[in-house]
Amino acid sequence: MDWQDFLSVLPFIIVAGWATILLLVDLWIPANRKGITAGLAVLGLIAAIAAVISRFGIEREAFDGMIIVDGFSSFLQLLFLGVGVIAIAQAYDYLRRRDIERGEYYILLLYSLSGMLLMASAGDLIVVFLAVELLSIPLYVLAAFAIPKADSEESALKYFLLGAFASGFLVYGIALVFGSTGTTALSGMVAAIESAETTPILLLVGSGMILVGLGFKVAAVPFHMWTPDVYQGAPTSVTSFMAVGAKAGGFAALLRIFISALPGAAVMWMPLTMWIAALTMAWGNIAAISQTNIKRMLAYSSIAHAGYIFMALPAAATPEVAPEAVRAALFYLVTYAITNLGAWGVVLAMEKAEGSGLEIEDYSGLGKKRPALALAMALFMLSLTGIPPTVGFMGKFYLFQVVIDANLIWLALVGVVTSLISAYYYLRVIVVMYMRDGEPEVRSEALLNSTIFITAFGTFFFGILPGFLLKMINQVSLLDLFR
Amino acid sequence: MNIPPAYVLTLSGILFALGVIGVLIRRNAIVIFMSIELMLNSANLAFIAFARALAPAQEALRGHVFVFFVIAVAASEVAVGLALIVAIFRSKESIDVDEVSSLRG
Repeated sequence: MDWQDFLSVLPFIIVAGWATILLLVDLWIPANRKGITAGLAVLGLIAAIAAVISRFGIEREAFDGMIIVDGFSSFLQLLFLGVGVIAIAQAYDYLRRRDIERGEYYILLLYSLSGMLLMASAGDLIVVFLAVELLSIPLYVLAAFAIPKADSEESALKYFLLGAFASGFLVYGIALVFGSTGTTALSGMVAAIESAETTPILLLVGSGMILVGLGFKVAAVPFHMWTPDVYQGAPTSVTSFMAVGAKAGGFAALLRIFISALPGAAVMWMPLTMWIAALTMAWGNIAAISQTNIKRMLAYSSIAHAGYIFMALPAAATPEVAPEAVRAALFYLVTYAITNLGAWGVVLAMEKAEGSGLEIEDYSGLGKKRPALALAMALFMLSLTGIPPTVGFMGKFYLFQVVIDANLIWLALVGVVTSLISAYYYLRVIVVMYMRDGEPEVRSEALLNSTIFITAFGTFFFGILPGFLLKMINQVSLLDLFR
Repeated sequence: MNIPPAYVLTLSGILFALGVIGVLIRRNAIVIFMSIELMLNSANLAFIAFARALAPAQEALRGHVFVFFVIAVAASEVAVGLALIVAIFRSKESIDVDEVSSLRG
């Protein structure tokens, strides 16, 4: 252990340490000026972004393999920190409007982010477990942030009980994998499986249970029941962060564990992940059709998108396709993050102080009243469907291509057909905005508008010129450390 | 006297199953939460059993260390969970999870 080890976890130390300092500093900030806390939190995130960028391209293991620094972790950490900045900007005005502005919000958000950063560079199942909990526990509190509002209470209770239930499966799964391979280090597991020093039945059950635990976190069918209720009941700014950050965090762990640590056991998890992906895509999109509340509709949409990203796992079971599958999943995560943050931003702008304005019908007439906002929303909906010229199309194209390369043509077909189904409910929002008359009441807040503008610009820009993003992702390597 | 790891593992499996069943059939939030704790502790037992089976090898220590982390995390989950349940009890005067279900669709 030397000072370089500490440099490897510097972004995590900055975010977690800064959150702890802010917890104290916040005491001296008057209650009506919590914007200062938000600003300070963003400063900390910017410092962490600088720390990630400064070690770009470095690959090493730290703390005896507990922490891995590679292209995969650096890329995901940048994504998480970017999501954090936007989530704070979106929350500021919203919290004031709902009259739940408290400094702890930003601090809890930083803690949750530090869990995500840790997850991206976890090299040991101990760290994976700690990161999952560090990510989730602040989110349980954030979901309850509007207490004593009944919706927020219910959302937090459901999220907490099911999240803790999922952790139980995750821990037991890790215990069984530890029993089977004799180690919790990801690199050690690769070696143990290759030399066949394992107990296959324990490995099968254990990896299955890890899949259940993380499947809950990313809201994959059949572990998705909590998602619509939790997303609907939580304060919308929390939902936005949860839908993007927590899901990306869960996938960081799934990709790392299954693709880089358990490729030798691919025969066991390949069929499982394949069916989960297919079911998630199908059920998420079908259930979204009948939703009238925009938060529930986007919740089912986020389930469906988890299914698309899940396709990268069965594809990665074919060793030659694995590196491309990881890159396609990362690209899709970026796509998903940009588009979803934007769509949730529009929902935030439409939500009224007391929490109404969340029905899709409430969007009628938006095209006339706020053309720019409606255009942005239309762009996000097209991107979620996967229609060019948006980044959503690029993400789906790349992912389907990888799935076909892995010879899973039927899975790619399920993806294409469910995307077609999804067009129905995404385009309905556009129809309501432009074709129906109405007098929607819309907020216009500078910070919120700028986040919507940035994400809309990203959705469009990367849709036409994905080259920059692809170039960055092509440098990402996940597997080199173990070869 | 030496207890074979398989016995310990069987016990841990039974405890885990009891925990899962408890979560699924009980309706009181605190009892559900207790069942979840049972699941976490059954995993601890499994870690110890495996660590013991590996015993002289250094890797066995990872199992012991994991148990400490699980205990610490479970404690922090208790802190958040009970606070939440108390807050809900204050406004609803009940912690029956069936009564906390207005969100549907």
